[in-house]
Amino acid sequence: MNISLFTARWSPYIAGILVGVLATLSVVVTTAIIEKPKYLGASTTFVRAAGFIEKAVASEHVASNAYFQAKKVKVDWQMLFVVGVFAGALVSSRMGKTSKLETVPPIWQQRFGSSSVTRGVGAFIGGVILMFGARLAGGCPSGHGLSGNMQLSVSGLLALVCFMAGGIITARIVYGGGDK
Amino acid sequence: MEQIIGLITGVLFGLLMQKAEVIRFEKQVGFMLLKDMTIIKFMLTGVIVGMIGIYGCHSLGLISLSIKATNVAAIIIGGLLFGIGWAIAGYCPGTSVGALAEGRIHAIWAILGMLVGAGIYAEAYPALKTSVLSWGKYGKITLPQTLGISPWPVIVVFAAVGIVFFVWAEKKGL
Repeated sequence: MNISLFTARWSPYIAGILVGVLATLSVVVTTAIIEKPKYLGASTTFVRAAGFIEKAVASEHVASNAYFQAKKVKVDWQMLFVVGVFAGALVSSRMGKTSKLETVPPIWQQRFGSSSVTRGVGAFIGGVILMFGARLAGGCPSGHGLSGNMQLSVSGLLALVCFMAGGIITARIVYGGGDK
Repeated sequence: MEQIIGLITGVLFGLLMQKAEVIRFEKQVGFMLLKDMTIIKFMLTGVIVGMIGIYGCHSLGLISLSIKATNVAAIIIGGLLFGIGWAIAGYCPGTSVGALAEGRIHAIWAILGMLVGAGIYAEAYPALKTSVLSWGKYGKITLPQTLGISPWPVIVVFAAVGIVFFVWAEKKGL
């Protein structure tokens, strides 16, 4: 069981156990230091980032929008958490030598060909739909899936079941279930 | 301070997701095609350990919970929409950022789409608030609360289901 930073891959069970410990420590540490429990989550950051971008062109519009008012367009714990995910994955992939330049993933290529434009359009449309859905549901696989279920919340379990059902049905239609 | 703690937590989370390979398109879509259970092994292990950690600390009075409201219609419709987009993009919000960091540059299009999706949602919010978001509101409820029992038997059931699933997945080589 090698969990050196230079190892390409860790067992998902070992990494998962460490995520459970990290999530617990995050809540304990933030409660002790900043007196607010911070549970892992990612999707609200996209709302705040969109708010910052829109603010550059239409600041009054952002100020008057009820959702931006509710979520507060600011650089908070979670925004730096998401920046950290980028940094952590960057360091980890360099040290483990698993970083790879990829413009079209193989499963996509089998179905839609090797055009990076087609893949770009698909990824973009998927991104729009999934984020609209995540905000409507009130969270993503981090906030609902991990943090919600850790707290045994009804919303987390219901959301995770719906994420999976939607994903499994759509993947079968989009990529086909047949070929190995 | 808040931001520094967030950054450190994010770095560790990004590192763990990268090492477990769960930020890959192949692993995400591989699960949705029911051919690769890596992301579920990772997530479920994290959830089970987290349940014990969170409820352990909670019963010691160290922390408070932060439960998201159960708005049934919004979660079902939003959750299914999320699944549709997730299958097409091949990433969820957290993993897209990590995937970009490990060179999967097409993830940038998914990230841009997510920013647009967040902007569209903000515009739709006032209308959704008085419709979908108000249907089937049960508030911030937990499973043990709803069942009227202690959290521990619920955790034991989750852990048992998880272990049975892990054994099955390993046996099938998924």
